[in-house]
Amino acid sequence: MTEATQPIKRRAIALVSGGLDSMLAVKVMQEQGIEVEGVNFFTGFCVEGHTHAIRKKDKDKDKRNNALWVAEQLGIKMHIIDISEEYKDVVLNPKHGYGANLNPCLDCKIFMVNQATLMINKARELAGDRGFDFIVTGEVIGQRPKSQRKETMPIISQESGADDRLLRPLCARNLPATLPEREGWVNRDELYDFSGRNRKPQMALAKKFGLDDFAQPAGGCCFLTDESYSNKLADLWKARNERRYELDDIMLLKVGRHLRPQPHYKLIISREEGENRFLEGYRYMFTSITTVSCPGPLALVDGAFDSEEELEQAAAIVARYSKGRVLDEVTLEVRQPDGVARQVTVKPALPDDVPVAWNVG
Amino acid sequence: MEMSEAMHELDTRRLLCPMPVIKTQNKVRTLSTGDCLRVVSTDPGALNDIPAWCRINGHEVLETGEEGNEVFVVLRVGEDNGALF
Ligand code: SF4
Repeated sequence: MTEATQPIKRRAIALVSGGLDSMLAVKVMQEQGIEVEGVNFFTGFCVEGHTHAIRKKDKDKDKRNNALWVAEQLGIKMHIIDISEEYKDVVLNPKHGYGANLNPCLDCKIFMVNQATLMINKARELAGDRGFDFIVTGEVIGQRPKSQRKETMPIISQESGADDRLLRPLCARNLPATLPEREGWVNRDELYDFSGRNRKPQMALAKKFGLDDFAQPAGGCCFLTDESYSNKLADLWKARNERRYELDDIMLLKVGRHLRPQPHYKLIISREEGENRFLEGYRYMFTSITTVSCPGPLALVDGAFDSEEELEQAAAIVARYSKGRVLDEVTLEVRQPDGVARQVTVKPALPDDVPVAWNVG
Repeated sequence: MEMSEAMHELDTRRLLCPMPVIKTQNKVRTLSTGDCLRVVSTDPGALNDIPAWCRINGHEVLETGEEGNEVFVVLRVGEDNGALF
């Protein structure tokens, strides 16, 4: 075969979440000679390395960033893109609504595939044949109740603007042929027809490819599928009387015990050393409470106290989670964001003084 | 030649992974092959993630370490700075 008759190497960009399905989708493409690069989107809600980094009890292996780990296993380049700002509109105003919790999965998928579409369009404009020919995802029909149904697959393709340049190698044979299949860049017969929630076919394929030790997130790829997390986010909106958030807000919802004794203030109390270290970094933004007379947690106050009684009530709650909980008195320091601090001595709250209803999440 | 290498600094303090990696990626896109970059972070996860990102994208890790509550990674930009588009 001469140089001239060598087929052009087709290139795809794959949405890589860090889970098994997208990993398999990439591998299936590589087996067919497609050159793949990965893209991973940071929404702010991702269940990623940082949440593990906060918890000291986690083992080293769990601290890895799964998307990077997958890229390394597959030998592909990886673009990690911060979409946290633009993503707010997806979370706040999902056209297709939410799933079981505050997870706007269908809008989220459309948004991410659209971002990938813009990337390949731009790359084609700037790099011509060095650009990308199509987009790959690890979606499987019926895998998720809301976003991955047979009816939603064409909605994602159309509304994202990717149209028939979006290929799902794991369930392609259940769907109409896409551009890469019609053009013969990939062989449809060697794609898959997975459907439903049964994970056995994926496990078998993983075994065939010799992949093990992959991440298997239970609920979904992000915290929005978590009920407790969604409750905390809903509480935040309610307390502020408006639906909006900053990146710091949604990070803090991942950490500590959240208690709301009054509608106008919430306590975020660390549960162990890692969370303590994490909350430390926010003391310049929030009033904080720490124990002085005995070891105890660090608490941030989201909101403001209306009276001295409220301040003392909050201090008593924090004392309840300290080593001095059984003592008659505990001294605590209340520090403002500007560093001005003063001490208060209170009797630690009793279990009955902290009703379950105050627990947010 | 090697002598013209520049040393750049990137402060990712207070950011949580993967933000330090994203900032590193975006900074490297503006640098040239052979340039060195020192990234400082307060998230210990950066000690795993930034070297992993470097291995994937062909950059060399020259040094990693901890200084009190902070960690740092020094890298040298490889052949392709990643600025494809
Ligand atoms: S689980 Fe989260 S990241 Fe995954 S599709 Fe749903 S909203 Fe998007």
